Amino acid sequence: MGAEGIGARVARKEDKRFLTGKGRYTDDITVPGMKHAVFVRSPHAHAKINGIDKTAALELPGVIDILDGKQLTEDGIGSLICGWMIHSKDGSPMNMGDWRPLATDTVRYVGDAIAVVVADTKAQAWEAIEAVHIDYEELPAVTESADALAEGAPQIHENAPGNLIYDWEIGDSAAVDAALASAAHVTSLDVTNNRLIPNAMEPRAAIGLYNEAEDHYTCWTTSQNPHVTRLVMSAFYNVAPENKLRVIAPDVGGGFGSKIYIYPEEIVCLWASKRTGVPVKWVADRSEAFMTDAHGRDHVSNIKIAFDADNRITGMKVDTLANLGAYMSLFSSSVPTYLYATLLSGQYDVPNIHANVRTVYTNTVPVDAYRGAGRPEASYIVERAMETAARELGVSPAELRRKNFITEFPHETPVIMTYDGGDFGACLDAAMKAADYDGFPARKAESVARGKLRGIGLSCYIEACGIAPSKAVGSLGAGVGLWESAEVRVNAVGTIEVMTGSHSHGQGHETTFAQLVAERLGVGIDTVNIVHGDTDKVQMGMGTYGSRSGAVGMSAISVALDKVEAKAKKIAAHLLEADEADIVIEGGELKVAGTDKTLPWFQLALAAYTAHNLPDGMEPGLMETAFFDPTNFSFPAGCYICEVEVDPETGVTDITQFVAADDFGTIINPMIVEGQVHGGVAQGIGQALMETCAYDAKNGHLLTGSYMDYTMPRAVDLPSFTVETTKTESPSNPLGLKGCGEAGAIGSPPAVINAITGAIGTNDLAMPATPQAVWAAMNR
Amino acid sequence: MYKTNYHRVSSVEEAASLMASAEDGRLLAGGHTLIPTMKHRLAAPSDLIDLRHIADLNGISVTGSKVTIGACTKHADVANSSELRAVCPALSDLAGYIGDPHVRNMGTIGGSIANNDPAADYPAAMMALNAVIHTNSRQIDASDFFVGMFETALGHDEIITAVTFDAPQSAAYQKFPNPASRYAMAGVFVARDGNGVRVAVTGAGSHGVFRASDMETALSANFAADALDGVNVDPAELLSDLHASADYRASLVKVMAKRAVAAAE
Repeated sequence: MGAEGIGARVARKEDKRFLTGKGRYTDDITVPGMKHAVFVRSPHAHAKINGIDKTAALELPGVIDILDGKQLTEDGIGSLICGWMIHSKDGSPMNMGDWRPLATDTVRYVGDAIAVVVADTKAQAWEAIEAVHIDYEELPAVTESADALAEGAPQIHENAPGNLIYDWEIGDSAAVDAALASAAHVTSLDVTNNRLIPNAMEPRAAIGLYNEAEDHYTCWTTSQNPHVTRLVMSAFYNVAPENKLRVIAPDVGGGFGSKIYIYPEEIVCLWASKRTGVPVKWVADRSEAFMTDAHGRDHVSNIKIAFDADNRITGMKVDTLANLGAYMSLFSSSVPTYLYATLLSGQYDVPNIHANVRTVYTNTVPVDAYRGAGRPEASYIVERAMETAARELGVSPAELRRKNFITEFPHETPVIMTYDGGDFGACLDAAMKAADYDGFPARKAESVARGKLRGIGLSCYIEACGIAPSKAVGSLGAGVGLWESAEVRVNAVGTIEVMTGSHSHGQGHETTFAQLVAERLGVGIDTVNIVHGDTDKVQMGMGTYGSRSGAVGMSAISVALDKVEAKAKKIAAHLLEADEADIVIEGGELKVAGTDKTLPWFQLALAAYTAHNLPDGMEPGLMETAFFDPTNFSFPAGCYICEVEVDPETGVTDITQFVAADDFGTIINPMIVEGQVHGGVAQGIGQALMETCAYDAKNGHLLTGSYMDYTMPRAVDLPSFTVETTKTESPSNPLGLKGCGEAGAIGSPPAVINAITGAIGTNDLAMPATPQAVWAAMNR
Repeated sequence: MYKTNYHRVSSVEEAASLMASAEDGRLLAGGHTLIPTMKHRLAAPSDLIDLRHIADLNGISVTGSKVTIGACTKHADVANSSELRAVCPALSDLAGYIGDPHVRNMGTIGGSIANNDPAADYPAAMMALNAVIHTNSRQIDASDFFVGMFETALGHDEIITAVTFDAPQSAAYQKFPNPASRYAMAGVFVARDGNGVRVAVTGAGSHGVFRASDMETALSANFAADALDGVNVDPAELLSDLHASADYRASLVKVMAKRAVAAAE
């Protein structure tokens, strides 16, 4: 490891601009002549639109135009799609309802966009939307998934009878039933995974710019994957052909999944720019973010685990109902299926698993991937059930897990995953040691003496990251390939630029990716510039989600570096009159091994570009592109331990310690990895103790539409985290990386709830375990 | 936000005259309720009359046990006043736990009590301290001032100038915050002086702040946390919402009251 290479704890390059307020976000961008868009949104959860009267609003000062869905349809703009096909167990394709970017005849959730006002100022646009008169005919609404499936429930999409989107299964049902029937013990648990609102720090925003002279569009947008945005907008939404559309995702202030998708607003801004002849900017306010950003989770499940007399798992059966909201968002169908049920084996050797998943429409915001996406839901039910089983069986939760751990790899689970490596016992040991697990009884006694309750909870999670290889995801219904691309350019003066299809919206790629280059080429990270987020600058990319930027994005850079090094060695061998095999790269130079003959990068690069003296037949220049498609998902895993003290009088939970022991494989920058774990655990604790999205079941209104009612975790709510790492390298990518972005959010909720249920002595506790919920559980 | 006319006034008289002439004027103090409401386009006053720069309305004075706090005194000043803390630390503590530092350096005592948010902290203190609310036209006892949720005895144009009270022998405030907003979900202010014990509850009542007379009786006989063991709070009179059912609030009111008594003992 060099001072700034792989494993170095270097400060983030990007933080200077972020911490000094010099970041450049979409809202910081002003285009000459730019006007402002505000959307007319439905105040009703479900209603027919009988008419739209724009007359009075069009007369208001500053109003340039007011566009509606009929005009959008006339111009041939397509409907929003879900890009992952899931088939029901009867073989029928999922029932995807039509999602128009601007609703024309029916609105299906509070916040559904109907029209857009373009005005000189945002204030004028706000005045105008109040003057747009819409004749609504209110319809009954439904917000809970079970209610949506009930007889007589309001029908939300014509082509989804009974609001069922699909009824999907995985695994061998008969084998699992047999295991349950012959089990020595069965643990059964009903578990709800609460609905969450992402709350990225930067609300979504878009600027659409149509240049008539060039018949060319530019879209600035808060996206985690600008190339996918361009692809989908061109291929499916008919906004513009790819060669006429540039998508730029500049600095983006957090995504957590919510900025993967293409939403109506960016489509409408581009289209409206062409219609009105002016550049159009839209910036969501915080209320709009609550009301329209894709939500996460919202599962209701039952899990049954069968054990033999020796407490070994013999089977697992899961039934899940998932709420996908009013429309199918871009990857919504994959989250409760291939990103969820395929991880139900957890860290355990389970001979038979069967999962049935039904997804439904409701009159709520679309639900899609949110930090962890399916894997937190899987980890939550499995780990709550394992802790519950240990209590029922009267055995140590740690030892019950250890007894059932998978210890040999590769291991093929009954739910189509092949775990390629890991050491689950090592994580369990590391976490128990760091948490002083054995000292818990003494600490509990001390709490009891003070009139408090104390509990300790475990969670041994596994997840699948990288979300690749393309061939595998394609066979499961994905509409896109999930490789990543990179181009490494050694400039003529020896500086280096890396074009990456990954997108950084808080992850620190500008530092970690530069560290990889520093490691390989022996240069300082300040010599390396990471370029991302612009389809005109970066060749192609699939973007950042699913903790894939390291395992897939950096691997692409690594492969491109292989090519750069190979060519550089040829040039060096030629110039230094040595054998190519004797050239080594060290300390920022190319050297002939065992001699004092060296060539610094800048001299070599200059030679490559002047091309005065290159090997015969060699092309000038030194830049190489690579597309990398891994051989498997990567499988980060770990053990989290949460210890809590509960005040029995008020139900308040105080987290007295939180230990995370993760196996992320190779770590590029430990400081950034710890930051990811801290952030993920904070989000997981937020889900476990505080956050929940609530709708009024009677009328579909969002009850948690601001921070007055939606409880975001704050620094004061969180303990200092203890972060440990163990290491088994991923064999599926050249760097051995596994990914660390989502682990904290995946592993922590069950640890927290297991700790609280242990403290209060009942398993009947749903997330979020607010003081009221804990108090109610104790007083039931 | 809708268009509005902003006025920065330098005297109470000027404010009163502007209020009288405005089509739909509103008095602005710290603005922590009014400004967000306007930003959400839920309020559209024609005129905003900013009281914060009237020198007479700012400041704390303590003479013996007599305390006077100007209406536009900020929470941070109440929290940090050594003079006040010397005679009534419970009120300084209460102010120090309102919102966050930004709120405490903008929000005012007069604005808080004039708004009478059912979850605000100050109304409980005013009730328990038997405070007197001074306006530009009269003096109102706290027990008459707080009428109901967001409702006070103030006339539309009436301006609070100060609050006064006699420092109690001992007092304490215990707040259980709403997990999201951190407003009081059950806040209990207990004060004891020569006239007895007063217990005022905020954040929990269906009609805003209220006095817990059963608790007062029990504590007047025996000022000890245990004295409240036999006192039950009736959930029928309490708020119920996403964050706390009436039953939970009833339990919290008792727990907070006991903790306040313990702190004031």
